[in-house]
Amino acid sequence: MTALQVIFLATAAMILFSAWMVVTRRNLVHAALYLVLTLFGVAVLFVLLEATFLAVVQVLIYIGAIAILMIFAIMLTRRVASDDTVVANHNAGWAAMLAVLVFSSLVIIMGAWSQFTTFASPLTRPGVPSNELGQEIVAELGQSLVDPDAYVIPFEVASVLLLAALIGAIVVAWQKDK
Amino acid sequence: MLDNWLFIGLFVLIAAVFPATPILINYFIIPRKPNSIKQDTYECGVETVGETWVQFKVQYYIYALVFLIFDVETIFLYPWAVAFDQLAFFAVVEGVIFILILGAGLVYAWRKGALEWS
Repeated sequence: MTALQVIFLATAAMILFSAWMVVTRRNLVHAALYLVLTLFGVAVLFVLLEATFLAVVQVLIYIGAIAILMIFAIMLTRRVASDDTVVANHNAGWAAMLAVLVFSSLVIIMGAWSQFTTFASPLTRPGVPSNELGQEIVAELGQSLVDPDAYVIPFEVASVLLLAALIGAIVVAWQKDK
Repeated sequence: MLDNWLFIGLFVLIAAVFPATPILINYFIIPRKPNSIKQDTYECGVETVGETWVQFKVQYYIYALVFLIFDVETIFLYPWAVAFDQLAFFAVVEGVIFILILGAGLVYAWRKGALEWS
């Protein structure tokens, strides 16, 4: 086994463990903290796949914002944060069956692909040293985001979309008479 | 490319071990002679009344939402900032326009009084 495989297996075990803890903890704050650990494990998986930018997005958005928002929502909701919340659900058996079904059908479908059991070789590009490749890829993404021939319209539309989301969130969440 | 991440991986490991070590050492060498005063949450302070899990002020949530939006903005600006020294002038201006459009949202939140504590 190579070092990468050892790291992958350790990360996968950590993700499974913390995901299990997320759904079994009675205290929702603890569940949210385990969710952070799960999301961090996924970020490590992105790094192992050499998807540098996605790993950064995973940490910044999912851990930095989504998980924090969830912890806020838990703290803001009366009584939910206490220990006596019942997390058991009668659909656990069905959910487990569905998860097994999805996983096995994914393995069967992807197993038909001839490259399924081969390892991806590390990313390389002629003329670029391998330790500068990550920065090169992100810089190219940045250039194409503001390039008129590429994605400048979606880039600016994304800004308007975020503006609409911000104003909408304030209108919905802010009560005047309080 | 993974070699660069090796340093970050090492850093994460050290960052986990560093605070864990004094806690563990403390756990092993601590003398355990508890009494009721020592077990208090605040040995010399105001006693807590009721549960610790109380409802927080809803105002915090607005801050969390505004933070979330600007966090997503950061994701868009990050590749733009990495490519900054290779960009033409108008490309830089496009990024500035991106920031200004979202700045309008901040002005809206400010004017609406959503950022104020009342």
